[in-house]
Order: sequence, then C-alpha cells, then structure tokens
Amino acid sequence: MTEAAPRLMTFPTARERPFDPPDELGRWQEETPVRRMTYPDGHEGWVVTGYAEARAILADPRFSTRPELLHSPFPQRPIRQEDLDRLPPGFFIRMDPPDHTRFRKLLTGQFTVRRMKLLEPRIAEIVADHLDTMERMGPPVDLVSSFALPIPSLVICELLGVPYGDRERFQRDSATLLNLETPVEESRAALDDLFDYLHDLVLRKKREPEDDLLSGLISADELTDREIAGMGLLLLIAGHETTANMLGLGTFALLTTPAQLAVMRDDPDSVENAVEELMRYLTVIHFGLIRAALEDVEIGDHLIHAGDSVLLSVPLANRDPERFADPTVLDVTRSAHGHLAFGHGVHQCLGQQLARAEMRIAYPALLRRFPGLRLAVPPEEVPMRTAMAIYGVHRLPVAW
Amino acid sequence: MKINADTGRCVGAGMCALTVPGVFDQSDDDGTVVLLDPEPAESLREAVEQAVRLCPSGALSITP
Repeated sequence: MTEAAPRLMTFPTARERPFDPPDELGRWQEETPVRRMTYPDGHEGWVVTGYAEARAILADPRFSTRPELLHSPFPQRPIRQEDLDRLPPGFFIRMDPPDHTRFRKLLTGQFTVRRMKLLEPRIAEIVADHLDTMERMGPPVDLVSSFALPIPSLVICELLGVPYGDRERFQRDSATLLNLETPVEESRAALDDLFDYLHDLVLRKKREPEDDLLSGLISADELTDREIAGMGLLLLIAGHETTANMLGLGTFALLTTPAQLAVMRDDPDSVENAVEELMRYLTVIHFGLIRAALEDVEIGDHLIHAGDSVLLSVPLANRDPERFADPTVLDVTRSAHGHLAFGHGVHQCLGQQLARAEMRIAYPALLRRFPGLRLAVPPEEVPMRTAMAIYGVHRLPVAW
Repeated sequence: MKINADTGRCVGAGMCALTVPGVFDQSDDDGTVVLLDPEPAESLREAVEQAVRLCPSGALSITP
C-alpha cells in the first residue's frame, strides 16, 4: 500500500494538438495509473488515467456519483451548495441506486437495440435531407450547423416529442450550460429557462398527449411533472450535444487522415469498428467522470479512503497502452470495443444505441455523398471546444 | 455453455443484444436482458464471451 503525499497541481486541460489529450496528462499516465492530487478546494483526492482502474471504479457500487459528495477538480467550476439545490428533480445521472434505478428503468425500454433499429430508416431520411440541403447551398458550408448538430437534434426532438422549431432556445441554453467559462449567474438562468421550457411542455402534453417519449412518461403515471421535465432536460442535452460533437470532431479527424477516411467511405463493413475507434480516439467527454468513495476501497496498490473524490480521465483510460496497442494512432480497422467513451457500470450511456445508429448512418452517408470532402480552412484555424464540457469543434468549414 | 442473466443487475445498456443479437434481446418494458437462446452453440462462444465482457453491470455470466 503506497501513501505518496498529495501534490498541489492543476489538472491539465490545455491541449497541444486538437485530437490528443494534454501531453502533461500523458506523462501522469506514464508515471502511474492512479495518483493523488490536491483539488482546488484543498481536498486531497485522486486522478485515474489507467483503463483497468477506471473501469473497475465505474463498475463498483462503493463509488458514488451524488454531487453533494464530490469535490470538483476543476478550478473553473467549483461545486456550490446553491447549485446542488437547483439540480432539477429526475436528474438521475447524479443519483446512486436505488433512486437511479427507479428513473433509468422507466427509460431503458425506449432505447433498446431493437427500437433503435426501427428508427434507422427515419435517421437515414433525416441525414439524406441535410446532405441535399448542403448540396444545394454549395461549398463552403459549416458542417456543424448544417449537418453535425441538426441531425441528432432533430432525432432526439422527434423521439422525446420536443418541437424542433424551439431549437434556438434549447440549443442556446444547453451551450451556455456546457461552457465551463459561463459566469455562474448565466449558467443558473440557462438551467432555469430550459427547465421551465420542458415543464411547460410536459403540462401541455398532459392536456394533449402525443405519440412520443414524454407523453409515454406522463401516461405511465409514476413520476411528478417536475421529474418528467428534469428527465426530459437531461435527455435533450445528452441527445444532441454528444453525437453532434462526435460527428463534427470525427469528420475533422478523418479529413486529416485521408487513408482512414477512405477505409470508412469505401468499405461498408468497416463502419461498425470505425465508429467505436473514433469514439475511443476522440473521447468527447474530455474532462472525464468524477466519483466519490463511500467506503475505503483498494484500487491496485492504493487505498482510496471513504469520502475521497476520484477523477477518472476517460480520454487517457481510452489511450492506455496496457489495453489498446498504439493508442495514440487512429486506426478505424481495429476493434476498439470495450472503450469507456460511453462510461461503464450502471450509469453507462442510456442513449448509446441511438448514438451508434446515428453515427453508423451519418458518417458513411456524408463521405459517400461528397467523395472529395475537404477542409475549407487550414486545420489550425478550426475553432476547438476547449472550454466546453463536451469536446468538439465550434465550426467546421468544408468544401467538396 | 449455459448463459446466466441477472435481470436485477441489468441496466438495459443493450451491449449483449448489440453483440450477439441471436442470443440476447431486451424487454420492451424496461430494456433488461432477455435470453433468446440460454444454451447457444459452441460456435458462438467467442461472441458470447465478448458480450459478457462488455456488459456494464456485470449481469451476465457463463457456466461451462
């Protein structure tokens, strides 16, 4: 059991290259997969960069995700009591079992592999519509606003029953919320606005039910209106920001590695592995996941004490050379299954089969429609989402 | 080989149904695992073992 003294250091977030995590984090990983770190509030916590260790912690019920138990490793976003009090009801990613189980179980039937398969024709239609529009507009276009963001946004809206015409409001609120540099007052206002929007929508659907997920939750009669609104808020943000950023950032990565792009474009059988590899390589949840130990737990040679916060650096875990050979190389032909980009354990992404369906349809459709797709600006001019909770590109000007 | 599925642990992520669709399915009610073929052919062993490894909640196991 080693008890190295915690060291006061800032968790590195500045990248040297757009697709690689900060070099400093890579050096931390080379030294040890589990290390102590003094958090900005003085808490003596941990940072995990090893795949096996991160996976074990995510699967372990002795680690909690309840925000009141967590210390923030990020100086930009301390955890404040007044913000915890404002968390919407039904925000089950911040609950432990059995509360978490009660909420999640109401949704899992809606996101099964089979149900997502039924959505595929509609997703393909939405993708084709957006490609048609791009073609009509002519180059150059911004791939984020014309393709990467609207496709998952429209899909999750149709699934939940959120009017797509309201997208300006919820896309703006969600971008404000996910920006770590947003002043706290603005962030609270965006959360309140988004919650009020969904709460109004739930009340409207109560009077006039439709054939959608929110109406289904209302008729199931197991949750309060506010809980349904809170769950809707979570699904709406999670459903469009994550896939949107994978599509934008993934296309950028492919455009800078033409041989990989060609494999994905020309070989339909490559798409399944390619999507998993893009998720592993890019890991858009770039700040990682935080847990708190509920009791003393041994992880490798280390004893994590009850109450300790642990930051799991998912991008580094997904580039652990012990788990993935040549981890810094994008190789769309490898089997990257088992990556942690959707998390692991009871909180593993509820919408992952939807995200997979969207990516498996959207990437090849884009690459085949525009075989000459290329960046319309030098790569170093692509604005990166460094301060956003979900990594990606703000804009991606492309031509063909 | 016999597959054991613990629906109490299952969180409905769907990794098993995605990996070996002929052996695993999910309930329409709560997405939990449904065994279509609890004793699959030996030729499916590798795929089934992969599904067991990928399960995020540890709900699956194999009795040889």
